Amino acid sequence: MTTARGQSGQKKGRGLLREEFGNPERRTAYYMILPALLIILIVAFFPIAYSVYLSLFQANINGVGQFVGLENYVEMFQNDAFLRGLNNTVIFTVVSVFFEFIIGLGIALAINRAFRGRGLVRAAVLVPWAFPTVISAVMWRLMFQDQVGVINYVANAIGIISEPILSDRTLLLIAAIGVDVWKTTPFMALLLLAGLQTIPGDVYEAARVDGASVMQRFFRITLPLLKPAILVALLFRTLDSWRVYDLFWGMAGRELESLSTFVYTGVRISQLQFSVGNAAAVFIFITAFLIAIFFIKVLGMQTSTEE
Amino acid sequence: MAAASASGSGRSTLGTVLFYVFVALFVLVSVAPLLWVFKMSIITKTELFANPPTFLPNSPTATSYGTIFGDERFRKALINSTIIAGVTTVICLFFGSIAAYAIARLRFRFKSLVMTLILAISFFPAVAIIAPLFLQYRTIGIIDTYWAVIITDTVFALPLTIWILVAFFKELPRDLEEAAKVDGATTIQAFRKVIVPLAAPGVFTTAILTFIFAWNEFLFANTFLFDADTQPVTVAIPNFATVYTVDYGAQAAAAVTVTIPLVILVLLFQRRIVSGLTAGAVKG
Repeated sequence: MTTARGQSGQKKGRGLLREEFGNPERRTAYYMILPALLIILIVAFFPIAYSVYLSLFQANINGVGQFVGLENYVEMFQNDAFLRGLNNTVIFTVVSVFFEFIIGLGIALAINRAFRGRGLVRAAVLVPWAFPTVISAVMWRLMFQDQVGVINYVANAIGIISEPILSDRTLLLIAAIGVDVWKTTPFMALLLLAGLQTIPGDVYEAARVDGASVMQRFFRITLPLLKPAILVALLFRTLDSWRVYDLFWGMAGRELESLSTFVYTGVRISQLQFSVGNAAAVFIFITAFLIAIFFIKVLGMQTSTEE
Repeated sequence: MAAASASGSGRSTLGTVLFYVFVALFVLVSVAPLLWVFKMSIITKTELFANPPTFLPNSPTATSYGTIFGDERFRKALINSTIIAGVTTVICLFFGSIAAYAIARLRFRFKSLVMTLILAISFFPAVAIIAPLFLQYRTIGIIDTYWAVIITDTVFALPLTIWILVAFFKELPRDLEEAAKVDGATTIQAFRKVIVPLAAPGVFTTAILTFIFAWNEFLFANTFLFDADTQPVTVAIPNFATVYTVDYGAQAAAAVTVTIPLVILVLLFQRRIVSGLTAGAVKG
C-alpha cells in the first residue's frame, strides 16, 4: 500500500524529485534521513508485507508450503486459544485504559500546581514507568503468590478470594489489569499534566469572573482544551494494551492468554500453529491500524507533525 | 469581607493537608511494591514463609543476593543486557540525531511523509512481525546473537529517539548555525561543531530514554534468543521461576537488582526524563 502510493507519487513528481535533489540543502537533508528511513523500511515495513503474504500460505518454522488462501484465518477464528486471547485482550484493554485515564486525569488535575516536594513526586511517578514490564510482572507475581505473597494473604484474610489468585484465570486477569493500572497510570498522569500546563491561567480567571462554577470550568474549558493531549495519551495506551504480552507472560506464563501470547506461542513454541499464529499477527496489525484510524477520523485527533 | 477571607484561608489549610495526604498516598502506592519486593529479597526463608507475613525485616540477610550473583547465568544476563542496551543506544543516537537534525532544521518537501512513516512505527504492534523476522534472521544466521535483538530494538527505538531530538533541536537558536554558515561552514560542519555541543543535554536525555527502552525490551529477546549465553535479564529472570522454584527470595533479589540502575537513572535525571517524554507529546 505504501509502495503503491510512493510509485504513483513518483510518476507525477519526477520533475519535483529532480528539483528536490537539485537543491544542495534538500539533497543533504535526504541523505541525512535516508539511513534511519532505510532501516525502518527494511526491518519493520517489509516484514509486515511479508507477514501478510505468509499468512496466505501453509508454513512452518522451516519454510513456506502451498498457497491456502484465507484458510489460516478461518482456522484462527475457530481456535479456542485465539478466542480466549481475543476476549482477554478486549477486556484488558477497555478496563485498564478506562481506569488509567480516570485516575491519571485526577492525579494530573491535583498536582497541576507548584508545591513543595514536586521533584519527589515526579521521581516516584517515574519509578513504575521505568521498570521493565516483565520484571514488574515478576515482582507482582511474588506478591500474588499463595505461599509468600502478601496480597494473596490479605485477600484471603478478609475473605474476598476462595482460591489462590495465581491459579484462577479470572483472578489472574483482574490482577494483570491492576498491575497495568499501577504501572502506566503515572505515565498517563504525566502526559495529561504536560497538556494541562499548556492551558493559560487567565482563561480560568476570565471564566471565574464570569461566574462559572468548578464543574462548568472543568467541562467547558479544561476538557476541550485538553482534548488533544487526552487523545494522544489514550491512543498510545490503547495500542499498548492491545498488544499486551510482557505482562501476561511474566505473570502467568501460558496461563493467561492474549492475542500477542497466541502469536508468540504459534511462532516460537508450537510448530503446528505457525501459520495460524502468523495470521493472528496480521489480525493484530489490522485491528491496531483500525483503532488508530478510529482515533484520528472519528475522534478528530490531530496528526500534523508541523506546529 | 474579613469573615469571607478567614473562612477562605481555613479551607485552604484543610485543602493543603488533604492535598499532601493525597500526594503521599500516590507516592506510596507507586513505590510500595518495589519496597516490599526488596524486603522479600533481604529476609530469611523462614521469615519469607511466615504466616502472617512480617511487616519489617527481622534479621536482614544478603543470602538471596549471594545465590543469584553466584549464578553464572545471572551475571551473564546482566552483561548481555548491558551490551544490547548500550549498543542499541549508540546506534540509535547516531542515525537518530542525523535524521532529527535534517527534520528540525532543513527544508524539504516530503518532511511530513517522512515523519508520518517514522511515527507509524511507535504505533506498530511489534508482535505482528516476529514470524517473518524470525525466518529472515535465521536465513542470514543471526538468531541467538546480540544482533538479532539490537537491530530490531534500534528500529523500534528510533521513532522515540528522533521525535525527542527533533523537539530539542528545534529549541536551539538558529542564528548560531546561520553565523557558522556565513563563516563558510557546510551543513555538516554546522551540525558537528555548533549543534552537537549545544544539543548535548538533549542528546544525553534521549540516550537515557533509549537505554531504558532497550534494557526493558522483552518480546524480541524472548523470540530471537533461546541460547542462555545471549539472553538479557528480561528473559532470564522470568525463567528463574522454574530454576529457583521455591526460592522466592532469589527471584525477588534478581528482580530488584535489574531495576536498581533504572531507579538510579530516574532519581538523578527525573527532570530531564519528564521534559524528554513530554516534549513530543505536547508540542506535536
